[in-house]
Amino acid sequence: VSLAFREGRISPTELCRKCLNRIKKTQRLNAYITVTDEFAMSQARQSEARLLQGVDALMHFVLGIPKGPLDGIPFAVKDNFCTANIRTTCASKMLKDYTPPYNATVVQKLLDQGAVLMGKTNMDEFAMGAGSTDGVFGPVRNPWSYAASYRTQGGAASDSDWVITGGSSGGSAAAVASCTSYLALGSDTGGSTRNPGALCGVFALKPTYGLLSRHGLIPLVNSMDVPGIITRSVSDAAIVLGVLQGIDVRDSTTVPAPSALTDLPEDFDVRNICVGIPKEYHAPGLSEETLAQWSRVADLFEKAGARVKQVSLPHTRYSIVCYHVLCHTEVASNMARFDGLEYGHRSEMKSSTEVMYASTRHEGFNDVVRGRILSGNYFLLKQNYQHYFVKAQKVRRLIADDFRHVFGSGVDVLLTPTTLNDAACYHDFTQEDNRTRSAQEDVFTQPANMAGLPAVSVPIALSRRGLPIGLQLIGPALEDKKLLCVAQWIEQRVGFPSISDCDDTQESRKDPRVTRREQTSAV
Amino acid sequence: MLAFQTLRVVSLKIIGSSCNLLTNNVYSITKRCSLRSLQSQILRPLSSHQHNLKVPKVPTWEPVPEEELPRPTKIPADLVDKLERLALVDFRTQQGLECLEKAIRFADQLHVVDTSGVEPMDSVLEDRALYLRDDTVTEGDCAEELLKLAKNTVEEYFVAPP
Repeated sequence: VSLAFREGRISPTELCRKCLNRIKKTQRLNAYITVTDEFAMSQARQSEARLLQGVDALMHFVLGIPKGPLDGIPFAVKDNFCTANIRTTCASKMLKDYTPPYNATVVQKLLDQGAVLMGKTNMDEFAMGAGSTDGVFGPVRNPWSYAASYRTQGGAASDSDWVITGGSSGGSAAAVASCTSYLALGSDTGGSTRNPGALCGVFALKPTYGLLSRHGLIPLVNSMDVPGIITRSVSDAAIVLGVLQGIDVRDSTTVPAPSALTDLPEDFDVRNICVGIPKEYHAPGLSEETLAQWSRVADLFEKAGARVKQVSLPHTRYSIVCYHVLCHTEVASNMARFDGLEYGHRSEMKSSTEVMYASTRHEGFNDVVRGRILSGNYFLLKQNYQHYFVKAQKVRRLIADDFRHVFGSGVDVLLTPTTLNDAACYHDFTQEDNRTRSAQEDVFTQPANMAGLPAVSVPIALSRRGLPIGLQLIGPALEDKKLLCVAQWIEQRVGFPSISDCDDTQESRKDPRVTRREQTSAV
Repeated sequence: MLAFQTLRVVSLKIIGSSCNLLTNNVYSITKRCSLRSLQSQILRPLSSHQHNLKVPKVPTWEPVPEEELPRPTKIPADLVDKLERLALVDFRTQQGLECLEKAIRFADQLHVVDTSGVEPMDSVLEDRALYLRDDTVTEGDCAEELLKLAKNTVEEYFVAPP
């Protein structure tokens, strides 16, 4: 669509208007908490002015040349990234009326490229959850719930059989999947970008820890959080990664980008790579269909000449437990800042500071958050510190070492499932509590966070119920580019259907001036 | 021998499922032609697919059984008080207590792992020197902006109860 802009076939303001209309039409998905329509239109107008520079040298100087491939491209941001003067809530009562005075670094970088911010997307409260069902603004619905493929095959009897997006960046995934934005930022601490990416049939990237700045990302687990990128195509994600990666003086945990990211090669040769299949990733509860897709893609690699071998990551089964302890302890620490004094919700009770703090936190946080703070504090008690927290840190090293051994033995990339199943319907998902669901759903995704490695989820096929299934690729640290090359290779060969193929209504989104490819891809 | 038999069972199962899909197929195709490509997309992997031997066919582990875990932890009342004061989150309800006990039980699985001689890992970036900028002030003077965010302020102070 970037090319379409340049060729004058469609303008940024038209596209922006279309996306805003589409957001209104898809309101039942509840993907957005805040829609920034005025801001978006003004940015689109500026982008358009840059494109229509004309031949006047003075105008060229004043308005500036188009900034790059993302100029004029609509994007969405998960609501735990700070956006200046735009409400940022983390889907929590605690920050319901909080308006940050600054932009998160990754948001600023996208705005500097001329991208157009559509709005802030819905999520699980404070990014705690695997369904995007536990935010204060309500759950997010998966756009595939309304696709013909699910309506006919999924046994959906009525509107109440809608399926979840997965979480916690469900709103971002839904926004990209429903074509209301071309790319979205999510956050990934235990799989929060890859999980909804897989369930919503979009491409999700969790970069190497430290590659993208966390400045402005309201923290959950400092040692594992990473801003995630969600797009409809791998090539778009590569462009966004190129824009966002690199050292940020405001985030001392950032590392230099290994190299400027150039375009991904069109014909990557898989004969040079070795794909590892970690046997522990056939975990209890893995669905037959996901297993079949896993096997099918392994075959694709083998038939194309890649080396495929089974490997072992022996501590995988303890990974989720380790994550559970480390996550809760860091949460207990990070949530301590919410006391109602400097920002956010403040309780009316004022008999003493402690009472005010306690009631503010009781009123502001939901059960999930309070539960995690409690258990985190328990694990951090002096009597438990060695026994739980330090023990978990030791197990973390074992997990990171497992990966190091495997990658050191000649494996270039690991192929695993992303989730156990396709998207569950909301009614079934909510039969178990948040903690149980997170423990089940995060099993394949959080080891990569423990070790700080890059990982992606690639949409592969539709299940028997007509819902997306994704597979995950994990790579060595800082080899994000190679990971994207392999992901693109898979994308080119699996033929995942576009949601518009499965759409009932022929929307006006099908614009004859914009090709199919341009409707899905930014570049 | 056993492997061969397992393979046969698996392939029969696959054919069985694809038969069900075929029935659905016919119904759907008469209704909507555009779904045909979708159907074949789904059918293809299930019907013609021989399972790749590098991918394990059955789960390779189970959750740690209850017998291997240490004794369940009971939380005494004074610990409840202490935790409430530390966390500044109340949980005197039965539900809160149960939730905490379940979380602890889940974490107990860690103790079956042998970590003798293993150093704890604080950060995945431990093997590199991180960039630290000079200790000079480059921005600030935004007291007014920040005070606007608080509910209760007096001049340049945040107001707290006694």
